[in-house]
Amino acid sequence: MSTIERRTKNIVEKKRGEAAGQPLPATTNDFSVAKIRADFPILGTTVHGRPLVYLDNAASSQKPLAVIDTLRNFYAAEYANIHRGVHYLSELATDAHERARATVQGFLGAAEAREIVFVRGTTEGINLIARSFVRPRLAPGDEILISEMEHHSNIVPWQLLRDETGAVLVVAPIDDAGGLVLEEFEKRLTPRTRFVSIAHVSNALGTVNPARRLVEMAHARGIPIHLDGAQAAPHLPIDVRALGCDFYTFSGHKVFGPTGIGVVYGKAAHLEAMPPYQGGGDMILSVTFEKTTYNRIPHKFEAGTPDIAGAIGLGAALEYIARVGHDAIAAHERDLLVYATEQVAAIPGARLIGTAPGKAAVVSFVLEGVHAHDIGTILDQEGIAIRAGHHCAQPVMHRFGVPATARASFALYNTRDEVDVLARSLRKVAEVFR
Amino acid sequence: MSDLRDLYQEVILDHNKKPRNFRKLESANHRAEGFNPLCGDRVTVYLVLEGGVVKDVAFEGSGCAISTASASLMTESLKGKTADEAVTLFEGFHALVTGGGSTDEETDRLGKLAAFAGVAAFPVRVKCATLAWHTLRAALDGKADPVSTE
Repeated sequence: MSTIERRTKNIVEKKRGEAAGQPLPATTNDFSVAKIRADFPILGTTVHGRPLVYLDNAASSQKPLAVIDTLRNFYAAEYANIHRGVHYLSELATDAHERARATVQGFLGAAEAREIVFVRGTTEGINLIARSFVRPRLAPGDEILISEMEHHSNIVPWQLLRDETGAVLVVAPIDDAGGLVLEEFEKRLTPRTRFVSIAHVSNALGTVNPARRLVEMAHARGIPIHLDGAQAAPHLPIDVRALGCDFYTFSGHKVFGPTGIGVVYGKAAHLEAMPPYQGGGDMILSVTFEKTTYNRIPHKFEAGTPDIAGAIGLGAALEYIARVGHDAIAAHERDLLVYATEQVAAIPGARLIGTAPGKAAVVSFVLEGVHAHDIGTILDQEGIAIRAGHHCAQPVMHRFGVPATARASFALYNTRDEVDVLARSLRKVAEVFR
Repeated sequence: MSDLRDLYQEVILDHNKKPRNFRKLESANHRAEGFNPLCGDRVTVYLVLEGGVVKDVAFEGSGCAISTASASLMTESLKGKTADEAVTLFEGFHALVTGGGSTDEETDRLGKLAAFAGVAAFPVRVKCATLAWHTLRAALDGKADPVSTE
């Protein structure tokens, strides 16, 4: 057997072995936060001489060795461009890239891998949906429905469409706890509504929206709906078929994966019918100056050389989550949320922003007489990373009448001890500003 | 905590709690708005400028302790100064908070504003400390009457 034949055989065997590897690894079932922390090298570092307490996970999450090593190994041993498959490395890279797609498919519960489009992140994903799916459906006076709790990335792309087409952006209100007012949402589904785009979980408030009900309400009127899963993917098990949504998006960097990679899930029938988002190489079958035939989905939406390593790193991150287990993560984070909510609420002058009954592990708050920025600076001196500001959700800040909040957001590797450090440091803040 | 005490000096905490000249100045003939999109801090600076001299100055807005105290202390230090002197003061203040290496003599000239020396150790807070000053400069550069930043 020649070398080339042997290599080809290896690849084919590897492919066979891993085509069945689409189901994610089984949960290990023995959740130990100490063991998990050992997987994240950065958690062992210090900041201003104090052990790092990383509570800015809603902005971005830290990376486990499984992801770091995967990236290193890919660049060190397997790297080439993909879909140029006459040479060994290109086949290897293509194979790894498409396996990552299958892993994402498993993570989202999608029916087919071709329903998974790789993009740069949730923001690009929403722009893709806005441009390719929604824009062609809009006439002046048509409506797009979002909510008052959206991140700027689920507001601005729709404003751009509104301004181009004369469509109307309709906003469903939230209540004082930060929950979506369902009757008001339903009232805003009108005969002119062409599309609904709603956060699955709010980044500024932590509110978990009743996604399935929202989808049912929209579909009862024949309206397609997108769920922005940027804040849901790190915390909740997701099943796009059970949810029934038309589109779902999330970002790699918030689920312990690399930056620069994200995902659009779209029902195959929608993706087939949509025009491409960007033109270029890899998204075509044939090109002449007269006519170009587009590639099949999902490649039709992946013009140019993609973030190959990013996709593979994302696959490694999702496998890591699956190994730990979504149920174990949810239970651990629920405990942290309850404990942190108690501890923060007990600080004199503290007011929680976002107290909906269903919440992800996000504690957004203000301290009377102290600006969030000053809280952020003082906590930083204690080694604590939180977010201070408007969280790219200025309408939410207006809704609650605050210029900014301090936000502690938790992940699977955070501990009750870290909550104690946070609470102790917040008392120091109160001392400085007494 | 020593760095923090350097940043949050008593005079800064005091001016944050009780900002001076914190009001709308109806008689202003110069006015500008400043905004820090990163953190949402907003400030409006009002000036009564007569014959090139700052006769009165006030501000309104919302922001962190550093930006509020900076605006408050700025208004205190500007009254009676000429526009040129105000700009020179800003340059001295800017050098101080960016760690640009002020001499003792220069720091002396800043008076109470020297309390902001600790900001230099917190680079991300420089924008907070200078927001009111940048807004002041815009107000000085703006046209006198009608009052507008447009």
